[in-house]
Amino acid sequence: MLHVFRDVCGYCGCCVSVCPEGALELIDAYLEVGDNCTGCGICAKVCPLGALEVKDEVPV
Amino acid sequence: MKSRYDVLVIGGGPAGAIAAGTAAKAGLSVCLVEKRPAIGAPVRCAEGLGTEALAEFTAPDPCFISAELRGAGIVAPDGSSLQLNSQMAGSKVGYILDRKVFDRELVWRAAETGADVAVKTRASAPILENGAVKGAVLQYCGQTMRVEADVVIAADGVESKFPRWCGIDTTVPVREIMTCAQYLMTDIDIDPTLTVFYVGNEIAPQGYLWIFPKGDRSANVGVGISGLKSGSGHRARDYLDRFVASKFPNGKTIEYIVGGVPVCQPLACTAADGLMIAGDAARVVDPLTGGGIYNAMFTGRLAAQTAVSAISSGKCTKDVLMAYDRGWRESHMGKTIARNWHLKEYFVKMTDEKFNALISSVSTLNLEEISTKNLVRELIRKNPLVLGDLAKLALSLR
Ligand SMILES: Cc1cc2nc3c(=O)[nH]c(=O)nc-3n(C[C@H](O)[C@H](O)[C@H](O)COP(=O)(O)OP(=O)(O)OC[C@H]3O[C@@H](n4cnc5c(N)ncnc54)[C@H](O)[C@@H]3O)c2cc1C
Ligand code: SF4
Ligand code: SF4
Repeated sequence: MLHVFRDVCGYCGCCVSVCPEGALELIDAYLEVGDNCTGCGICAKVCPLGALEVKDEVPV
Repeated sequence: MKSRYDVLVIGGGPAGAIAAGTAAKAGLSVCLVEKRPAIGAPVRCAEGLGTEALAEFTAPDPCFISAELRGAGIVAPDGSSLQLNSQMAGSKVGYILDRKVFDRELVWRAAETGADVAVKTRASAPILENGAVKGAVLQYCGQTMRVEADVVIAADGVESKFPRWCGIDTTVPVREIMTCAQYLMTDIDIDPTLTVFYVGNEIAPQGYLWIFPKGDRSANVGVGISGLKSGSGHRARDYLDRFVASKFPNGKTIEYIVGGVPVCQPLACTAADGLMIAGDAARVVDPLTGGGIYNAMFTGRLAAQTAVSAISSGKCTKDVLMAYDRGWRESHMGKTIARNWHLKEYFVKMTDEKFNALISSVSTLNLEEISTKNLVRELIRKNPLVLGDLAKLALSLR
């Protein structure tokens, strides 16, 4: 699952442009992650600030 | 806002603003929507623009000019440097803009020309009829509206979604996104008339670092690296912090800017039934320099001009709007993008040793006009051995 560190994100849209699924959308200053995110991590790699991380689902 | 316009423009950056102004001036009914509450903020730009590039669209109003440039410097990994001067004595080679004011001014002018403007208004879906774009669904402060239009111009920037919702893939390859971080710094020692570029794989892998003056003791200090080279512990911001700590340890950061610049080839097609794509959304940034302000304005204007003639002919289908796609590809701008993409592909593979050899080969270059074309041509002339493999490209620089 893709986690957004909202305190780190600078809402620049860099990640949105590289997502092959079109799963991200920048709603002004709020980065929204769609259900179609596959957790591939491409967006997390390019973020200039490190505001994204793909975390494994922890079974409860 | 009305429920129907001739032209609906999505995005209030330079592409959208010029598109809206051009269409309104020609007498069309136009609406420009911008999702952010304020045009131009936050800034995502180093704000450099050439003198002639600006002049093509507007006179240089002091309200949006932060600095006037007289030359440029390039610093190699080993510290040797090369200074570029314009041969035209005393001539200004370019400006550092204040984009918050510039972008707002352009939208303001579009509004005065007759365009409707709606801020904090986001396009959330296209209105499609048999695959043709007929308008957009808009979100305004919790309200949903439908606005129909004969032509939609998607000028929604690097984070563009609208064309994708219409079935056009706009994904930028990871290695061709420049991931950038920049501080607007003050209280630093700089030359206020000079832009300085640092190249090399330690300082900015597959990209460059820049100091663009914003005043006597202020500058945009930023870095862009290839997405391929970015990752935990070595992101654009890490490179910037390292540089700033050694070069400007006592400088003060008064603005924090991040962004992505698409340095890929433009979209394979920028027109569809009822739709044209302009600016960063069309991926028409200069791939070598990362400059996209002029290209955004150029494509915005051309898209609007094409809309004017399409609407007057009563037909806004893809085959008619393709005049726009062909138009920018065949323009000087389109040809420069095509050529500079190849140059970029060459330079991103360059080793630090090669950068050192090139830059130390000449300390001052007096060019008729400072442009990447003239610079590369001179470098090839002075370094036939180092750049021999660039020779085949050199032909296109004539
Ligand atoms: C760090 C950095 C440095 C740069 N330095 C330079 C430079 O020195 N010189 C230069 O020429 N270029 C530079 N560029 C590139 C330049 O900033 C862009 O090319 C330029 O802003 C593109 O203009 P545009 O109008 O296409 O897009 P933008 O300016 O990005 O405008 C797009 C607008 O659309 C809005 N929008 C997006 N989606 C929607 C929606 N669904 N509904 C409504 N509105 C929407 C956005 O909020 C945005 O305001 C730099 C870029 C970066 C990131
Ligand atoms: S790239 Fe990073 S900083 Fe920019 S919008 Fe995405 S998560 Fe936020
Ligand atoms: S993890 Fe992959 S699919 Fe999910 S948002 Fe990021 S780039 Fe898109």
